[in-house]
Amino acid sequence: MAAVRIPPTLRAEVGGSRLLEARGDTVADVIDDLVERYPALGAQLLQDGELASFVNVYLDGEDIRTRDGLDTPVSEGDQMILLPAMAGGSPKGGTQ
Amino acid sequence: MATYRELLARVKEEIDEISTIEAQARLESSESPLFVDVRESDEWEEGHIPGAVYIPRGRLESRIEGLIPDKSRPLALYCSVGSRSAFAAKVLGEMGYTDVVSVAGGFADWKRNGFEVTIPRVLSPEQRSRYSRHLLIPEVGEEGQQRLLDARVLLIGAGGLGSPASLYLAAAGVGTLGIVDADVVDESNLQRQIVHSTDRLGEPKVLSAKRTLEGLNPDVRVVPCQERLTSENVERILADGWDVIVDGADNFPTRYLVNDAAVWHGIPVVHGSIFRFEGQATVFSPGAGPCYRCLFPQPPPAELAPSCAEGGVLGVLPGIIGSIQANETLKLILDRGDSLAGRLLLFDALSTTLDEVTVRKNPDCPVCGESPTITDYVDYVEFCNTPLELG
Repeated sequence: MAAVRIPPTLRAEVGGSRLLEARGDTVADVIDDLVERYPALGAQLLQDGELASFVNVYLDGEDIRTRDGLDTPVSEGDQMILLPAMAGGSPKGGTQ
Repeated sequence: MATYRELLARVKEEIDEISTIEAQARLESSESPLFVDVRESDEWEEGHIPGAVYIPRGRLESRIEGLIPDKSRPLALYCSVGSRSAFAAKVLGEMGYTDVVSVAGGFADWKRNGFEVTIPRVLSPEQRSRYSRHLLIPEVGEEGQQRLLDARVLLIGAGGLGSPASLYLAAAGVGTLGIVDADVVDESNLQRQIVHSTDRLGEPKVLSAKRTLEGLNPDVRVVPCQERLTSENVERILADGWDVIVDGADNFPTRYLVNDAAVWHGIPVVHGSIFRFEGQATVFSPGAGPCYRCLFPQPPPAELAPSCAEGGVLGVLPGIIGSIQANETLKLILDRGDSLAGRLLLFDALSTTLDEVTVRKNPDCPVCGESPTITDYVDYVEFCNTPLELG
């Protein structure tokens, strides 16, 4: 079980949650668990079964791409952060 | 009871001295000691040994540990003829400094030998008063304040992030602030864009910001650039030579242009972004650390970019993130502390938490990697149908 922080730009896809618990022994399993419950997340996170290039996933502060990617093992209580690119500025612009 | 001469003679027996010729040789060697000038301010202002730091004898004991915490660092103390520096060397020995010499003959002998002298630029009485709280900090001091006054910082956007960042940089005395922003002040900006005001509605943001910032500090010159950054004008704008870029853009095309230009010109970028209650900040330092494309190689496709209508931001959030950007900018100029390079700070205003993730230089980065695939500016399409504004 990992605690997954949902960025503000993806909260609409998960019913507004800021933090979700998800099951899995690897990052891929945890994401699968999330996508199963919130299918709209799939298109935002994955491209052809791989992590989309405009999304970063951090496990305990480290980018999983610098570890074993989606195969990076997840331990009980790990904190995962999903981080899509965010341009972020004015209310009118949002994250365009 | 001892006379001054007896005391001086006794002290000189207890300390190590070097001649000015030896001092000059050490200054030019690869292992130069730090020269500490212990004379009075009027003597220092007339000229000093290059690279020396200034701590008047009367303040030596109270200031030295703040300025030079490493007590094993080699120090060469000097005054005008070598007497005050002899007493100073003895005191530093008692304070635990282990590698201290006094320069016999002092600055008078140094000048007689025709060695190089630096004439320091001095702050005016008004500047001494204005920046007094900086001058009191050893990490800034007079030299640091001069660095700030000489510095040139380019702000991308005079909006939510650019407002607090530019205000604090101007207040700190950063001498030249370039501001790139094509927009005019709109009522909906004023909830967070504190460099502007109600009487500026309809005025170009760069001119409104210029009035505010130059009004705050007459030492600051604002170079307004009322245009949107594009692949066409980016080289011209950067040609003015900037020490640091503060990226407060709110759209991907500008962010990628800024990044690529900064990598190619070797200019550090202090990055900030905000959305609703959450903000991010980091420093991209070309050569030394990752760039924006190491973090995100390319923008998301238009269809996956979050809907524009979902935007919004708590007014104070850019104040916090923009202030962090100002802090990082000042540190880069002063060359002090640990920058945010390689670390992405994540701030959540609702829970008031600050998290940090590691950002590494990506060897496959399309711009700063080992085999770059992007070698010219890319104009990405805008993701919103509505016109974008900076910041």
